[in-house]
Amino acid sequence: MKVAVVRFPGSNCDDDTRHALEMVAGIEVDLVWHGQESVGKVDAIILPGGFSYGDYLRSGALASHSPVMAAVEHFARRGGPVLGICNGFQVLTERGLLPGQLARNRSLHFVCRTVTVRVDRNDLPFTSRYRERQLLRLPIAHNEGRYFLPPSALEEVEGNGQVALRYASADGARDDASNPNGSVANIAGVTNRVGNVLGLMPHPERAVEPLLGSGDGAALFESLFSVGSPAIV
Amino acid sequence: MSSPDIISVPTTAAQFGLSEPEFDLVVGHLGRQPNALEAAMFGALWSEHCGYKNSKPLLARLPTEGAAVLQGPGENAGVVDLGDGDALAFKMESHNHPSAVEPFQGAATGVGGILRDVFAMGARPFAVLDSLRFGPLESDRSRYLLAGVVEGIAHYGNAIGVPTVGGEIHFHDCYRDNPLVNVMALGLMKAKDMKTGTVGAPGNVLIYVGSKTGRDGLGGAVFASADLSDSSDADRPAVQVGDPFMEKLLLEACLEAVREGLVVGIQDMGAAGLTSSVAEMAHRAGQGVDFQVGQVPTREPNMGAAEVMLSESQERMVLVISPERLGEVLELLARWELDAVEVGKVADHGRFKLYRDGTLLADLPVAALNDPPTYTRTGIESTQVRRQRETPVDPPQDPDLATSLLLLMASPTIASKRAVFQQFDHQVMTNTVVLPGVADAAVLRLKGTTKAVAATIDCNARFVYLDPEEGAKHAVAEAARNLVCVGATPLGVTDNLNFGNPNRADVYYQLERAIDGLRQACIALGTPVTGGNVSLYNQYRADEGLRAIHPTPTVGMVGLLRDVTRRATMPFKRGGDIVFLVGENTEELGASEYLAAVHGREIGRPPRIDLATERAVQDAVRSLIEDGVCDTAHDCSEGGLAVALAEMAIGGDRGAEIALSGGSRPEAQLFGEAPSRIVIAVSPGPARVVSEYLELAGVAYRRLGVVTGSSLRITAGAVGLNVELTTLRERYEYPIREALS
Repeated sequence: MKVAVVRFPGSNCDDDTRHALEMVAGIEVDLVWHGQESVGKVDAIILPGGFSYGDYLRSGALASHSPVMAAVEHFARRGGPVLGICNGFQVLTERGLLPGQLARNRSLHFVCRTVTVRVDRNDLPFTSRYRERQLLRLPIAHNEGRYFLPPSALEEVEGNGQVALRYASADGARDDASNPNGSVANIAGVTNRVGNVLGLMPHPERAVEPLLGSGDGAALFESLFSVGSPAIV
Repeated sequence: MSSPDIISVPTTAAQFGLSEPEFDLVVGHLGRQPNALEAAMFGALWSEHCGYKNSKPLLARLPTEGAAVLQGPGENAGVVDLGDGDALAFKMESHNHPSAVEPFQGAATGVGGILRDVFAMGARPFAVLDSLRFGPLESDRSRYLLAGVVEGIAHYGNAIGVPTVGGEIHFHDCYRDNPLVNVMALGLMKAKDMKTGTVGAPGNVLIYVGSKTGRDGLGGAVFASADLSDSSDADRPAVQVGDPFMEKLLLEACLEAVREGLVVGIQDMGAAGLTSSVAEMAHRAGQGVDFQVGQVPTREPNMGAAEVMLSESQERMVLVISPERLGEVLELLARWELDAVEVGKVADHGRFKLYRDGTLLADLPVAALNDPPTYTRTGIESTQVRRQRETPVDPPQDPDLATSLLLLMASPTIASKRAVFQQFDHQVMTNTVVLPGVADAAVLRLKGTTKAVAATIDCNARFVYLDPEEGAKHAVAEAARNLVCVGATPLGVTDNLNFGNPNRADVYYQLERAIDGLRQACIALGTPVTGGNVSLYNQYRADEGLRAIHPTPTVGMVGLLRDVTRRATMPFKRGGDIVFLVGENTEELGASEYLAAVHGREIGRPPRIDLATERAVQDAVRSLIEDGVCDTAHDCSEGGLAVALAEMAIGGDRGAEIALSGGSRPEAQLFGEAPSRIVIAVSPGPARVVSEYLELAGVAYRRLGVVTGSSLRITAGAVGLNVELTTLRERYEYPIREALS
């Protein structure tokens, strides 16, 4: 099992993601520089959090045009599992690999805290080790995390069952008080129609060791072991 | 137009921030009149900010050596040994004046600057803490400054990906015009990788890397060494603009170059820009430099040599490379998409020679540039302060202890800082074991080991104001106590001495007495000072004219936990746990937050601190945590024992029933601020062991009560209080959240 973690200039969760994959999930990691035009032979690709290119212009906008993204898109179109965390999620929406957009938080402030997230899809390459409607404690840390879709598109995304994760209360209810950033329909993570590309604002790589407060993110990476597909070049 | 370098105009001392006698010294060193460029370079390096001319003789009193110290003062940052080849670089620095003028950029560049100091040692920055002080929260200006500073820190720290894990925020009228923004950074490295700011040997090459040089921050060192005034807003160009993205590239590139063994010396360009970094690096090696000012990448055309040499543009570093590695280094820097150029060569002439197109513009002796005259003065205590201190503390008996507790919980200095630290990414790098607000110190694990580092910043400036020597001892003792409350052994100190204008006898008195207090406490508690920063000329307008801020020697301290699983935090964890007070609950109301918040008075003598007792209490509590007997601890500071208990109850969402001895003054029992006190909670089983251990250690202690219910009940003799946790929490969380919304 080998996973490519893409490193954009300004990525800052690349090493954390590598640590989570290697030390905790026992998965081999290739750090792939944004200028590379190929990701090599890997089983999955992760776009980590951070402030790629300083988030200048718009979060993720510049990174979505970097050379490596053509390879990421190619990999995704052929069905390879692709995960975007936080800034990586923003890059995926900017690239058009996921629907929607991430706008400035409702509070207009950066927010860093641990929230409860409900698993609405447990049949995806990155969620298969969770139970359906399982509640996870995951840290968030973002300024532009308010997931937005116009009503018609939301209807479509909901209709297709593309919402993978939602902010929820401690008993699993999808209420406004549990929504940390004003995301439409409490959406914390969304997938493409095929289900091989997932973007989420919470940081599962920060929740893989109980020492740091939560181990709930580990299964997200471990789910990759259940993916049967061979490595895609 | 003539050359922008204009160096032949007649010069006067005052133009360059020098006194007449200082100017004469410069003439003596040169054996001739300096030209304007030379005078400007001397003026910047001999400013208080760079040259410490008023504080150096006093700073020499501080203890700087110890078994754990790998690098003491004088380098970009101090370094302590964490064992097994691991080392920790750490340093605190102020950005007070820039933050007063432009809070967002002032604070942001404060973070950027201190991070560069840490990675210049070859260490990877892995945590930031802040000590912030503002005027009263009701004031619009204070809210503007608070919001701007918090956003600035978040902007820079979050983007570069270094967690902001702790610190302190205080509010007092004396900081209304002149807020304090002290930022401390920690960095990890292998001791063998430690770098210093040296030019090494003749023939080595100086590389300039990072942002281009602009006119921003011109004269920042001189600006920081003058009083803030109404015209300070016109100094806005003296505030720099930060670019965390550039710094992230610089950080990664510099650490890679260090790791590859390509670097002889490295230093950031801070106050006084290129002038001070090149002069300091040359001085440490006892060498000279031939510097080509025309090679420096500039943001604008026609920048004069003085502008280039004194600019404080951010995100710039000097790397010193041996000539045969030059190609490799330039290639590495280019891969990180950084501008890098050769700007000078090390020479054995001991002079700082500045050239443009073959013309010698400045020729200065490196040693003299780094050896400003120093001043010692005679300090005299302000009669007003003495009067305040000697005012008898005799408040009427408190008729309503519950209301007083709620007032204290909502006092902005005590109130929850959640709304602030939630704006900081405190978890990136995945080392943060103890989150902000959960314990007395931040705890960060060292990946791949069982070890963890703890860090805190503390200073009760009211204590220091009313008694500088005693107050400074308290600052050190409280910092050490906070580290002990998470289970750490204190290792070293970085201090930030924020004071008023040292030319005033009363301010000099505060500075001198405070440094003596720091000295005594650092020796007694075994925490040498490895570096820090001095920020003078902090003052504000009052009815009777300019007044100095409260003397604020903030103490940043780092410590080590050998086993991160043996640690303690503040919240009560289990119903039925037994609550103990370790240390003695003496009745001390002098200089307390209680007098200030409830009675509006800043009077009395701060409690005396016995450093041997302090150490005994600390050692005892740390042993209990290290032995795994105790996982809940919190020190008593502002607001005293009652506030400490309330914070533990709120944090754990568990009430407690507490019985104090009563004594003569219940309000002093509850809210007095005697030092050397730590509240711990332990399971009923080990509670017996705790008593026996503390008896044996000869440390005073008292069983206070038990964790139970959903309210905090305290009885002190015949009186007491009983407050629901929901009420306590509401008061505690409201003020800062409201101010930032």
